[in-house]
Amino acid sequence: MMSFGGGLAAWIRREVVQRRAWLDDQQFLSGYALSQLVPGATNVNLSVFIGAQLRGILGAIAAVAGLTALPVVIVLLLGALYLHKSGLPGGGAVGGALAGMGAVAIGLNLGTGIRLGRVHLRRLIPLAICLVIALAIGVLGFPLLHVLAVMLPVSLALTWLGQRA
Amino acid sequence: MIATLLQLALLFGGLSLLAFGGGTAVLPDMQRITVDTFHWLTAAQFLDFFAISRAAPGPGSLIVVLIGQKAAGVTGALVAFLAMFGPSCALLYVAALVWHRTAHTAWRALLERALAPVAIGLTLASGLALIRGTEHGWAQYAVTAAATLAFAFTDVHPLALLAGGAVLVLVAGG
Repeated sequence: MMSFGGGLAAWIRREVVQRRAWLDDQQFLSGYALSQLVPGATNVNLSVFIGAQLRGILGAIAAVAGLTALPVVIVLLLGALYLHKSGLPGGGAVGGALAGMGAVAIGLNLGTGIRLGRVHLRRLIPLAICLVIALAIGVLGFPLLHVLAVMLPVSLALTWLGQRA
Repeated sequence: MIATLLQLALLFGGLSLLAFGGGTAVLPDMQRITVDTFHWLTAAQFLDFFAISRAAPGPGSLIVVLIGQKAAGVTGALVAFLAMFGPSCALLYVAALVWHRTAHTAWRALLERALAPVAIGLTLASGLALIRGTEHGWAQYAVTAAATLAFAFTDVHPLALLAGGAVLVLVAGG
């Protein structure tokens, strides 16, 4: 699977939810949240979740292998090239193209957030929780562990109170 | 050689279970230990490896493959890969089983509803943090904004966006 920089989750959602309908948005989001709560690379965790959901432990192994096999080979080749030549070929042109793709990959992440937000954040309190987390980690640079330690209980409490009201 | 492989396995196996919120969480620790403690590579090489793993397809945590390769060849790369992804994947698999077993319970529904804004917030945060963490010129900002809007509101293919972004920044001399 081809995927650059930070756009991988966006890509997975597009393939698994929008195109193949293996999961619905709610299942995907719940799996994505679980993937971020459990330590490890979020996208690899997500592929374990999706694979396990579809085909149990073999599905999980197949999903991880499918997600990482080709990238591992590519990274190994780039690494061999790098260690051999002590630098990557192409110089500035390759750097510029990579910078452009990186900029787009960031946009894919933000675009996914907006897409999901339009569907799932129709009320004020969930929207506020979402924005506080995005700003605290993304702009102010607070550690994820600290933000989750505060915002998870807050979100749970407010959701619970909202249900009772 | 065996000693190095063992060190790779123990180091990345441990980091695997500390990587809350994704692989970037443990990068500072990874740099400190691989560069300063084990001297497998220099700080400059670590930065180059980081750039390569970010630019190449696949999860960014594949930087461990490059470090393993530098420390102990292809065997080192494979050991590093298994150590970095094995423990966290096993943990997630167990967590997913519990997760599925509790489907249709009241607290699970509450948890899912409460986690949705958290997950969306973390998605946005990762995008914002990446902007902060890289050198973003005006061309990159424009491309990021355009890609965000295009992906959020149209069905244009991500590969087309990526190719367009590469060409745009290249032409703009970004």
